[in-house]
Amino acid sequence: MSQLTEIRWHARAGQGAVTAAKLVADTALLDDAYIQAMPEYGPERMGAPLKAYTRISPVPIEVHNNITNPSIVIVLDDTLLDTVDVLEGVPEDGVIILNTEMTPAQAREALKAPETMRVATVDATGIALATIKKDMPNTPIVGALSAVTGLIPIENVKKRLVITFGKKFSQEMIDANLDCAERAYKEVHE
Amino acid sequence: MSKEAFSATGNQMVANAMRQVDPDVMAAYPITPQTTIVETYAKFVADGKVNTEFVTVESEHSAMSACIGAAAAGARVATATSSQGLAYMWEELPIAAGMRLPIVMANANRTISAPINIHCDHSDIMGVRDAGWIMFFAETAQEAYDNTVISFKVAEDPNVLLPVITALDGFTTTHAMERCVLEEDQTVKDFVGEYTPLYPLLDTDNPVSHGNFANIGNMYMRTKMAHRRAIEGAAEIIEKYGKEWAAIVGREFDLVDTWGTEDADYIIVTVGSCAGNARYAARLLREQGVKCGVVRPRVFRPFPGKQIAEACKNAKAIAILDRSDSMGACEGPVAMETKSALMDGGVTAPVTSYIVGLGGADITLDQMKQVYAELEQRAEAGKNSELIYLGIEE
Repeated sequence: MSQLTEIRWHARAGQGAVTAAKLVADTALLDDAYIQAMPEYGPERMGAPLKAYTRISPVPIEVHNNITNPSIVIVLDDTLLDTVDVLEGVPEDGVIILNTEMTPAQAREALKAPETMRVATVDATGIALATIKKDMPNTPIVGALSAVTGLIPIENVKKRLVITFGKKFSQEMIDANLDCAERAYKEVHE
Repeated sequence: MSKEAFSATGNQMVANAMRQVDPDVMAAYPITPQTTIVETYAKFVADGKVNTEFVTVESEHSAMSACIGAAAAGARVATATSSQGLAYMWEELPIAAGMRLPIVMANANRTISAPINIHCDHSDIMGVRDAGWIMFFAETAQEAYDNTVISFKVAEDPNVLLPVITALDGFTTTHAMERCVLEEDQTVKDFVGEYTPLYPLLDTDNPVSHGNFANIGNMYMRTKMAHRRAIEGAAEIIEKYGKEWAAIVGREFDLVDTWGTEDADYIIVTVGSCAGNARYAARLLREQGVKCGVVRPRVFRPFPGKQIAEACKNAKAIAILDRSDSMGACEGPVAMETKSALMDGGVTAPVTSYIVGLGGADITLDQMKQVYAELEQRAEAGKNSELIYLGIEE
């Protein structure tokens, strides 16, 4: 049971965090994992802070509640740091992945994260604007998650993206999504 | 469809179970968090995936009225609702049951206003527990699917002929994405089989009337006794079909799901998704040597009291977690019935009733651990405790 991995997502509504939470779960499913993905339900207002959750486990997942002690936290919008305690409940050896132009050192200071926590940053918004031409940092951040944690292999992320987007998007859009995941995988740093 | 694991929400799974059964009629009205069941099913209808006559109605009262009419006519009928919608149907629910119409209805368990809240608890469904329907509670999306398939088979059995509510927890199960397996369409169709109504109104060669006047003498009471015998007898039939389905799909079925009860000192009894939280805490505490167990009735009507008492017979203390309250009663509905069953079964361990997770309040791991810790104290004190609203300060 200790192998249960819990991820908490912080974002603003409209940034695709729920889609990303599901993308990570669906990617883990390719490796035969048990998964859960859900938003914290409430009124949907574009731009409002929201949380979403992903659970991944080699055995069936029995818990059905919010994630309060995530070992991984992903923040899709660094302006949230002023208003949301994204480190709440995170264990000392937790991993924080932040979409920001800040360096990991600057981010660590902004977060007031202890030395024991890993802090990784990636300009997912910049990568998204350059590749998919939209401010949608959700796909790139999944590439960063793969690089930082190894929880899901980048090959599987790409495989999943092709399966998911293959049904509804043009080849150009699929390629742009694969490209942004790959770039964030390479450009994320700690 | 292949039997490969895929991700789906509880609502998608229920809609797919209904698609595979392909009932003759669905009459439904959307309400959060049930909406995606009806929405998904309406798409199946529009895409020609099913032959169902989809009746768009202007309210839940009309939805259930249309279901009753269609079922009396001899159709296989399904619907889905939640919360205020279920409340609005209330008048029609005992009619469906009293007329012995095998309607299958999914309910996305959601609380009841006021105050306004769209989240999960069991205030809606427990408000219809005396309407004469069979009631299933699912813990997971997969189980919501299995329960829905089994529900048709149970409802339509000539020795049952009762409507069934197949309930799943709002948002927690209706909207969370989980790993699921969808059986082959043909597997479901073969399992539920063709529906042959016993006394269809549209069989004009054999005219019958339904819902008759029973206002004189003891005919009304006689009808009610027959209803009670049918729903009591349904327990065996639910178990039979549940186990048949389990053998086909390789997922267990019991009227009462038990974990660790053989040697558990401390047992939590609860229904729905909350049982998973309790079981997870129980596993963790077992690693520390605390003998914890969980008892989860998968069916609430008929109430499997004997099985619950049997599972609790070795416990030193028992907690019953209710996700709704019965205001002014001694405790919540699951606790009332469980206590009654424990008394009948001669189980004398101290019992504590908790109200948990109202209006979507998170049911945390710490809360579950707290309940087990309190049970240790109660076992020493040796007496029942007052009702507790878990996680809320007085």
